[in-house]
Amino acid sequence: MASPLVCSQTAMNRPLIFVPEERCALLLNRLSALPKLTGVTAASRLEVRPAPEMVSAGIHAIDALTGGLPRGCLTEIFGTASSGRSSVLLAALAAATQRQEVCALVDVTDAFNPHSAAAARVALDRLLWVRCGRERKPRDREGHDFNRANKTSLRVRALACKRKIEGPVEQALRVTDLLLQSGGFGLVAIDLSDVPLKMARRIPLTSWFRFQRAVENTPTVLFVIGQVPCAQTCATLLLKLQASEKLVVGPRSSVLGERPTTNDVRRIIPPHAQLLDGLQVEGELLRCRMERKPSRSVNAAFMTKMPRAR
Amino acid sequence: MPFACIFVPDFSVEALLRAEPELRSQAVAVLEGKAPLQKVFAGNEKARRAGVEVGMTKLQIEACTDFVLRARSPLQEAAAHAALLDCAQSFSPRIEDAGDDAILLDLAGLEPLFGPQPKIARDLARRASELGLEANVAVASNPDTAILAARGFFGVTVIPAGREAEQLSSLPVDVLFVGAVPSPTLETFDRWGVRNLRGLASLPDVALSERLGQEGVRLQQLARGSISRALVPVETPLIFEEAIELEYPLMLLEPLAFLLGRLLEQLCARLGARALATQELRLRLELENGWHAEDDCCPSTALDPSDRRIFQRTLRLPVPLLDARIFLKLLQLDLKANPPGAPIVKIYLSAEPVRPRAAQSGLFLPPSPEPEKLELTLARITGIVGEGSLGSLEILDTHHPHGFRMRRFAPAEPQRLGPRSSEKPESNNAITALRIFRPPVRATVTLRHGKPSHIVCSKRIQGDILWAAGPWRSSGDWWEQEGWSRDEWDIAVQAESYIALYRLVHDRLSGRWFLEGNYD
Repeated sequence: MASPLVCSQTAMNRPLIFVPEERCALLLNRLSALPKLTGVTAASRLEVRPAPEMVSAGIHAIDALTGGLPRGCLTEIFGTASSGRSSVLLAALAAATQRQEVCALVDVTDAFNPHSAAAARVALDRLLWVRCGRERKPRDREGHDFNRANKTSLRVRALACKRKIEGPVEQALRVTDLLLQSGGFGLVAIDLSDVPLKMARRIPLTSWFRFQRAVENTPTVLFVIGQVPCAQTCATLLLKLQASEKLVVGPRSSVLGERPTTNDVRRIIPPHAQLLDGLQVEGELLRCRMERKPSRSVNAAFMTKMPRAR
Repeated sequence: MPFACIFVPDFSVEALLRAEPELRSQAVAVLEGKAPLQKVFAGNEKARRAGVEVGMTKLQIEACTDFVLRARSPLQEAAAHAALLDCAQSFSPRIEDAGDDAILLDLAGLEPLFGPQPKIARDLARRASELGLEANVAVASNPDTAILAARGFFGVTVIPAGREAEQLSSLPVDVLFVGAVPSPTLETFDRWGVRNLRGLASLPDVALSERLGQEGVRLQQLARGSISRALVPVETPLIFEEAIELEYPLMLLEPLAFLLGRLLEQLCARLGARALATQELRLRLELENGWHAEDDCCPSTALDPSDRRIFQRTLRLPVPLLDARIFLKLLQLDLKANPPGAPIVKIYLSAEPVRPRAAQSGLFLPPSPEPEKLELTLARITGIVGEGSLGSLEILDTHHPHGFRMRRFAPAEPQRLGPRSSEKPESNNAITALRIFRPPVRATVTLRHGKPSHIVCSKRIQGDILWAAGPWRSSGDWWEQEGWSRDEWDIAVQAESYIALYRLVHDRLSGRWFLEGNYD
């Protein structure tokens, strides 16, 4: 029977050493008696992290694919524009607010559409919308010296230190930090969808680690959407979305289910008679640290509907 | 019927020490009058021991070192008196205002609630101390004896019924006379050699009446503790305001926060004594020179724009709170975002009293943020993203595509979910989301047969339109100046390696084309 000591040696590509069990226990006891190792727990004695509670993402296909969104973990969904990321976000927000949870959306590029959210049945009174990157008047905040308005006195500005105006991504990171530290939110979402790739990749990994640690052992779902995966190994659940080659348009005629060509559409149906019914989205599970870990990438497909097509 | 009296010795000094408790260990003298004719109005025990007397000039005192001199502050005295009333009101509904420095309470019926009389007296002294006032408390069977005992004895005194004369006998005659002005009667007692109440009580009644009239008889009855009268109850208004007059104008936020912290602690102690909380805090600052309009930090919520010396901020909370630290942090964040534009000379802080929040959290309720923490978090986020950039949403009753407004975020308390609502949603509720471009991106559109066929918007979004549906025509508010009329198109454009779907809008009033957002 392999002991932890043997396993560690295996990992170092050394030959396996078989140690009898009683000698192994004896060795461990002697090692633990060493003063330097008294505070160290052997890897074999570490507790297994309990499986997180899963909550519905609001879309059956996603729930079936991933088992839901894990609480106390970071979930990242990425894809190109029109790949259905925001639709999944709205569905998750709707599901969470219908469970009477308080949610927060950190909108980095101020692109959230309240009417889409209302159509997706998000309870808007339970959603905190934080709009980052809106224009702000550059002002000195820290160490404000009231004396600067005093006409009779010198305009001493020594105590007023100028603060750099933050970009939307920096604002979003600070806001997320505050929200996670505050606690009590059922879902905190960061929308990085329209952030340029350069800026998104520049987010330090330490920030994601901090967020991961902040949500750990809390009932909060941290949900990130973007164009590329940013959180890397910090994301417990990583899902890639892409739009299907087929555009779903109505009325349900010959173009349904096929990618329409310009000539087809012009020839067959006038533009005012056809509708965009929704998006056909395909999801691919890239990482999942759940117990039901898939052996290979798993795909799922679902369709989003336009509010006016419901 | 027992009565209690709370008496604050050296009231004007105590009123100042409430705001500066670190001065309690020093000799403090309070000056009154206009410079340079300021005279000593009062001093604490240490100052008296050091030789300070009422009526000394400022120059005389300044000759000695180790004295802290402060100007008398009617504002702080009024606040201290209100605190004293709150202290008394927290024990008994029947109280009498016996002067700025003394309050009388009717203790009838309080023993089952608060315990025996000595315990009530001790609790009264402790409550006064929590409110920043070191007070003497006396309990007696009649109001005047309680007042005399509180004036004369240090700490807590309980006089049993029938032993008033005996207990009061050691007190000096001065306790009968309120105020610093020497009374002619007191001078007469002094000439007669009457130094204490025992001497006054033992004088023959008739002879005293012949010489000093009814006033003399009344004083003798007071000295014997035998006078009895009814309490004159007052109803104290629920006004919670604290104020500080500053010796020197304040120019930085940090010392201001220090003072605000003390005011808030006093305010919270007063509210707590009345079992109340607050949902609205009002900060009013009196400025030295007034804020200036050209300065970018002019207050947006000043009470009266014509009165540029007053700066006011109001802090409204979604739920009643009573935590001085949270209030202080909220005020700090608010002042950092909206600083007053000039040095501060007076600070007024008032609280709107409300009943405290009674909430029962359940084991099976969904998680929700604690209101106190949430309020702090929102204030901090406001400091990052600016005012008006966070909150919850309200969809307006209009067909306008941007008909919504931001509201203060105050989520309702979660209710216990029914068995049906805990089930998963029945159908696939995914809605195609529209991501809005704020502001809309101007586009140049080429039409062919009345339909968009080519778009040039930016480097990333340009080219032939692969597919288009529309127009969706809508208009509204034509009866107002801000009327709108537009045609919406859903278009598909080839991006680098994928097809992106956009909403293209034609403003029919201006004739311009805009990309309003993309479907995602």
